[in-house]
Amino acid sequence: MAEAQEAAEVAAIEAVMEQKVERGEPILQVRNLEKHFPLTQGILIKKQIGAVKAVDGVSFDLHQGETLGIVGESGCGKSTLAKVLMNLETATAGEVLYKGEDISKVSGRALKAIRRNIQMVFQDPYTSLNPRMTVGDIIGEPFEIHPEVAPKGDRRREVQDLLDVVGLNPEYINRYPHQFSGGQRQRIGIARGLALKPEIIICDEPVSALDVSVQAQVINLLEKLQDEFNLSYMFIAHDLSIVRHISDRVGVMYLGKMVEIGSDEEIYEHPTHPYTQALLSAVPVPDPEGREGRERIILGGDIPSPANPPSGCRFRTRCFKAQEKCAVEEPLLAIPQVFRGQDTPAAHESACHFAEDVDIVGATNGEA
Amino acid sequence: MGIHATEVTADAGRGRTADSEDAPLLQVKNLQVEFRTRDGVAKAVNGVNYSVRAGETLAILGESGSGKSVSSQAVMGILDSPPGFVTGGEIVFKGEDLLKLSSEKRRKIRGTQMAMIFQDALSSLNPVHTVGTQLGEMFRVHRGTSKSEAKKKAVELMERVGIPAAKERVNQYPHQFSGGMRQRIMIAMALALEPDLIIADEPTTALDVTVQAQVMELLADLQAEYNMGLILITHDLGVVADVADKIAVMYAGRIVETAPVHELYKRPAHPYTRGLLDSIPRLDQKGQELYAIKGLPPNLLRIPSGCAFNPRCPMAQEICRTEIPPLHAVTEADGAPIQGRGSACHFWKETIHG
Ligand SMILES: Nc1ncnc2c1ncn2[C@@H]1O[C@H](COP(=O)(O)OP(=O)(O)OP(=O)(O)O)[C@@H](O)[C@H]1O
Ligand SMILES: Nc1ncnc2c1ncn2[C@@H]1O[C@H](COP(=O)(O)OP(=O)(O)OP(=O)(O)O)[C@@H](O)[C@H]1O
Ligand code: SF4
Ligand code: SF4
Ligand SMILES: [Mg+2]
Ligand SMILES: [Mg+2]
Repeated sequence: MAEAQEAAEVAAIEAVMEQKVERGEPILQVRNLEKHFPLTQGILIKKQIGAVKAVDGVSFDLHQGETLGIVGESGCGKSTLAKVLMNLETATAGEVLYKGEDISKVSGRALKAIRRNIQMVFQDPYTSLNPRMTVGDIIGEPFEIHPEVAPKGDRRREVQDLLDVVGLNPEYINRYPHQFSGGQRQRIGIARGLALKPEIIICDEPVSALDVSVQAQVINLLEKLQDEFNLSYMFIAHDLSIVRHISDRVGVMYLGKMVEIGSDEEIYEHPTHPYTQALLSAVPVPDPEGREGRERIILGGDIPSPANPPSGCRFRTRCFKAQEKCAVEEPLLAIPQVFRGQDTPAAHESACHFAEDVDIVGATNGEA
Repeated sequence: MGIHATEVTADAGRGRTADSEDAPLLQVKNLQVEFRTRDGVAKAVNGVNYSVRAGETLAILGESGSGKSVSSQAVMGILDSPPGFVTGGEIVFKGEDLLKLSSEKRRKIRGTQMAMIFQDALSSLNPVHTVGTQLGEMFRVHRGTSKSEAKKKAVELMERVGIPAAKERVNQYPHQFSGGMRQRIMIAMALALEPDLIIADEPTTALDVTVQAQVMELLADLQAEYNMGLILITHDLGVVADVADKIAVMYAGRIVETAPVHELYKRPAHPYTRGLLDSIPRLDQKGQELYAIKGLPPNLLRIPSGCAFNPRCPMAQEICRTEIPPLHAVTEADGAPIQGRGSACHFWKETIHG
């Protein structure tokens, strides 16, 4: 009976997976998503004394064929968000609608089926690769689970193609992960993510361990594959130049919340949230001469604990514009009142009571 | 084989002269490391020379897989052996060649006088012990500090590297921290005993820009305070520009270019460095394909003859396929010397002076 139910579930999911989504229409809709990790005390008898609110009410859409960049401070919940979307962590609350169907509670074979279309490239190339498997087996593993994608006889060649595609020597197919450098391992992870040519790839810092030239190769490759296969990417990274380059839209997270989201131009040239403004002003500029005339907004104070976020606006303890209202009233993610109905790039969603359009010197054109 | 000791050490740190009397804290001479694998011998490090003085920061840049981590592991004495072997060279630390010391002695030096911040923060922290225990252990083992005192020190260190709510989080396990926070724990651990030399292997790759700036500032402060030598391995040219005194660029197990920081960005003297600089994405560059050096990194089992970069180099000539270029001293067009600059390219003149 349970089996019949599972089969029905799989059939239902497969029907959803078959549906076509028009370019630019939402393929993934995230609604009020929460992930709280319990904090416990005591060794024998664990008592919950609170929770790390890693993701705390996040809503956004990912459109078919687009790249949505996600940026934000270390620890703000980016990886957790990605893992919840992948169903590697169960959501505490909220929904993840894939083509309109909530997949946040799916498990078992139905979940396996979905993974054919939604893949992830992990942040940590060291721990996410099984040390006892050869690179060929690691990259070919998705074919074992979804044998319909590549017939057995073709697999070795497919894997070698994938190695070539991510800039690794196809001769390395029989090597083990520890025989590779950090950047090489990250490319193995990317090759595995690409293997099934999924619809959606969630990339968690896919290029941060790569040197700039290999990074450029991988970014060019991701863009080429996107055009070719109409892929949608969620691209988590802390390098704001890379995110700008690859993203159509960008979301900025702070302490478990999305604080600003908009097109790349809206975010980079017309940021209205003080946190985004501070982030942009801190981008290191490689050319020592291009950095003169830039003013950095240095954030004071420590990052508050996600177990005990500040009242009202979570950014207020470090915000250079905070006022009394910020402590009592939580600003919602919406187009700020001042810009509503106006035809300006500043009119995009921003969770700040005192949103202002500020041009961050050096962030736009490098000209002061 | 592979001995090209045309010594141009990039000893030209800011405000320091190459002929200053003080001996370098660390001097690596013609270091060679290979991995003996089932498929053959992978030559990961092929004659690397550099030096670091107390208080100085040397940044090592380069191709992913070029031997940055492996050469540092050799310096630290933590090379995975077998299959890795140091097959030649010297590692002179405070006047002593570390390669001639007993493993016991090296372990002591490693614990207290030099420390490394690893590229892979998660796997270098022990998952079954709390972060506090691991930090405290440094003090207990090396300083004989009591358990409660060690824990207090651990909290202090965590606060120092900007972990919020350190008092509570000291009892948590590594997997409960975000990638960036784990990296800060690693930094705290390396700093714990105030070593003379720190090797930081991509200490900020996992961090966002604001924390990155904080961490680099923290490293720089502590470095100045304790007059530590710092070797910083990184891909982030922005970070390098902020903190380094001098740069060494690696390709296929060799240093192909050395230069003071500002010089390198302004006018690279090696085609690989130039390709690297051209690949940096800029905030104002959008919609175009990014520039990337064409081709694949070399297979270390079969490094190309002559200049290892020749199959990918836009300037390669016949001589590049037959003769390994030594590290030439780079001069101005009129022959005037430029302190601390070297390039392992037959055509460095054409590269820098056009
Ligand atoms: N399994 C867990 N148990 C408890 N807390 C956790 C767990 N996983 C993550 N956290 C906490 O949740 C918060 C968000 O972590 P997450 O890894 O999502 O951050 P991130 O934005 O990806 O950061 P980074 O840029 O450093 O990778 C952090 O405070 C982290 O310590
Ligand atoms: N155990 C091993 N067996 C065989 N080859 C190895 C082994 N460990 C490392 N290597 C090789 O040695 C070379 C140098 O690796 P290393 O980790 O030093 O690179 P890296 O310059 O630090 O690169 P990254 O920037 O990607 O971290 C790599 O090509 C790697 O494949
Ligand atoms: S709501 Fe207040 S504290 Fe929050 S970002 Fe805006 S000004 Fe700053
Ligand atoms: S020696 Fe030749 S191949 Fe090597 S970098 Fe110089 S020009 Fe290019
Ligand atoms: Mg993360
Ligand atoms: Mg490395």
